[in-house]
Amino acid sequence: MAARVEPGRISREGSPWTGLWAVVAKEMADYLTGIRMLILEMLAVLTAAGTVFMAAESLRTTVGQDRFLFLRLFTVQRDPLPAFIGFLAFLVPLIAIALTFDTVNGEFNRRTLSRVLAQPIYRDALLFGKFLAGLFTLTLVLTAIWLLVFGMGLARLGVPPGGEEVARSLLFLLATIFYGGVWLALALLFSVRFRQPATAALASIAVWLFFTVFWGIIAQGLAQILVPLRYGLVQEVLAQDQVAQALARLSPITLYSEVMMALLYPSLRAFGLVGVLLQFQEGVIVGAPLPLSQSLLLVWPQLTGLIAATVLLFAISYILFQRQEIRA
Amino acid sequence: MDGPVIQTQELTKRYGDFVAVDRLNLVVEPGEVFGLLGPNGSGKTTTILMLLGLTEPTSGTVRVMGLDPARQPLSVKSRVGYIPDQVGFYDDLTARENLIYIAKLNGIPREEAYRRIDEALEQMGLKEVADRPVGTYSRGMRQRLGVAEVLIKRPSLIIMDEPTLGLDPEAAREFLNTIRDLKAQGITVLVASHLLHQVQAVCDRVGLFHRGRMVLEGTVEALARQVLGGGYRVYVEAVGPQAAILEALRRLPDATKAEAMGSERYMVEGRRDLRGEAARAVVEAGGSLRALQLEEPSLDDVYARYFQEVEHGREG
Ligand SMILES: Nc1ncnc2c1ncn2[C@@H]1O[C@H](COP(=O)(O)OP(=O)(O)OP(=O)(O)O)[C@@H](O)[C@H]1O
Ligand SMILES: [Mg+2]
Repeated sequence: MAARVEPGRISREGSPWTGLWAVVAKEMADYLTGIRMLILEMLAVLTAAGTVFMAAESLRTTVGQDRFLFLRLFTVQRDPLPAFIGFLAFLVPLIAIALTFDTVNGEFNRRTLSRVLAQPIYRDALLFGKFLAGLFTLTLVLTAIWLLVFGMGLARLGVPPGGEEVARSLLFLLATIFYGGVWLALALLFSVRFRQPATAALASIAVWLFFTVFWGIIAQGLAQILVPLRYGLVQEVLAQDQVAQALARLSPITLYSEVMMALLYPSLRAFGLVGVLLQFQEGVIVGAPLPLSQSLLLVWPQLTGLIAATVLLFAISYILFQRQEIRA
Repeated sequence: MDGPVIQTQELTKRYGDFVAVDRLNLVVEPGEVFGLLGPNGSGKTTTILMLLGLTEPTSGTVRVMGLDPARQPLSVKSRVGYIPDQVGFYDDLTARENLIYIAKLNGIPREEAYRRIDEALEQMGLKEVADRPVGTYSRGMRQRLGVAEVLIKRPSLIIMDEPTLGLDPEAAREFLNTIRDLKAQGITVLVASHLLHQVQAVCDRVGLFHRGRMVLEGTVEALARQVLGGGYRVYVEAVGPQAAILEALRRLPDATKAEAMGSERYMVEGRRDLRGEAARAVVEAGGSLRALQLEEPSLDDVYARYFQEVEHGREG
């Protein structure tokens, strides 16, 4: 049973984070030993191994010609498998959602929530602990996958990665974790909001599908309505594309794929029509690579956007959770 | 500790227009076992949630061990053990692991925690099964694990919501003994329940809730006197002159009522236990006594009578 409780807060005693690490430890132990995570980890390792193996096979011929050979491991695709990054874009949300969609409502339904909240901790610690545990678990899993990719790269290509390649792929790892954070926070929000874990899972997946499948189309459509092409001028086309891009960036998937592009294709200089048309021809990139700092500057807003989305979603769950009356 | 363990003043909780708890003034003294009684939806759980700071009162004040649960929730919660209605555990963890988590949340140092956990499990008779997943536990074992869990924080007050619900009579009796043990250890206990005969067996005092208000409060005897008039009923079986025996029973000091129930059976209601006097009266009236039986005032009667009157009052 959930009900509004009048807020009207007062100064509180003690730290809001009392007990935080106990919660993190307990939740991480749950995640790491659960069957659910085992399945997802196996899936992740399998796809990583498969795609990277195929990529390495097709890259072996170009060893020595490409400065960013290791980055290609992530992006090169060879039939029948898509590129590793193609898998990541949906594996990461899947893992993140699977981690937190039943974390609060599950405790409610098992009737452990009121017992835990009767301990000398604040709700802040419980909720944040659950989020952190999810984030750490995700970090652990993704780092393992990265190591696997690098290991396979070393074994199959026979050359060590360069310093910039390592730096770029580590930043890419970090961005992937942030991207996962958004979905963790979303599923956490639904697990606070919905009493039934199945509802929360479905809602999270619905949001993910919406952004994956529909948001791009909707953004295009909206842009066409907002900035119609009257005379078919290039300026008009570009202006419309700008608007479409801005709208598309409301989706964490767009933000993430832009970060991914900029980090993994060092010569990428701009996004949208201009950037894409000018620079990609069948996966081959024309133009000199940007220094890492420039690439980073290019995606700084996107990275901040991902973090901001996470913070916003977490804040909403926090407010909802504070106001809930726990009777079970 | 001096001063009451629980003290509320005009404590009120509203949900919209609905008043779940209405101007409650409750005092529970150290070492007492206090029973919160009342039908479903009368506000017992809501009261408990306010005592623990798990929900905020609409108005009025609460003090638990002199602390305000809304302002000092951590201090209150580290001193009070709460066993919720249908207590739940992590089924895939063992009893010991469940308790370790709780000990960590309470910030009890590891060594100390392990010692307390062993002690608590031992005391609740769960030592042999401590390393089994709680999923395999019976209802009664879970309830005892609930007590073990609150014991590890060495509480001065334990609050239980419907602790014997769903227990078989034997397990319920054992659980009541547990409550007596807790009292013997000097722990104050607040029990919310609607299983009156069980509450009656362990509570020093009870408060009767009705639609959010505490309508009656006191020892079971006092309530019986107040509601039933005479608190004690004695059933007398005797052969002899009926009119004379009945008359003699009626004239007993402290008797409030006496009546014949068939040819050889009488009932006397009194403010105290009148067995001795009744036996003498029967003999003096020329009858011979066959049997004498005291029916202690029962909370069930108090309850039934009270709500009967309330209903009548509303209809009339
Ligand atoms: N969130 C809420 N919104 C509206 N009414 C509520 C809410 N929570 C509880 N109530 C009402 O408050 C009243 C008191 O509920 P409470 O749970 O305190 O009763 P109780 O005495 O514990 O009953 P039970 O024996 O069934 O456990 C009930 O009538 C209930 O319907
Ligand atoms: Mg209740």
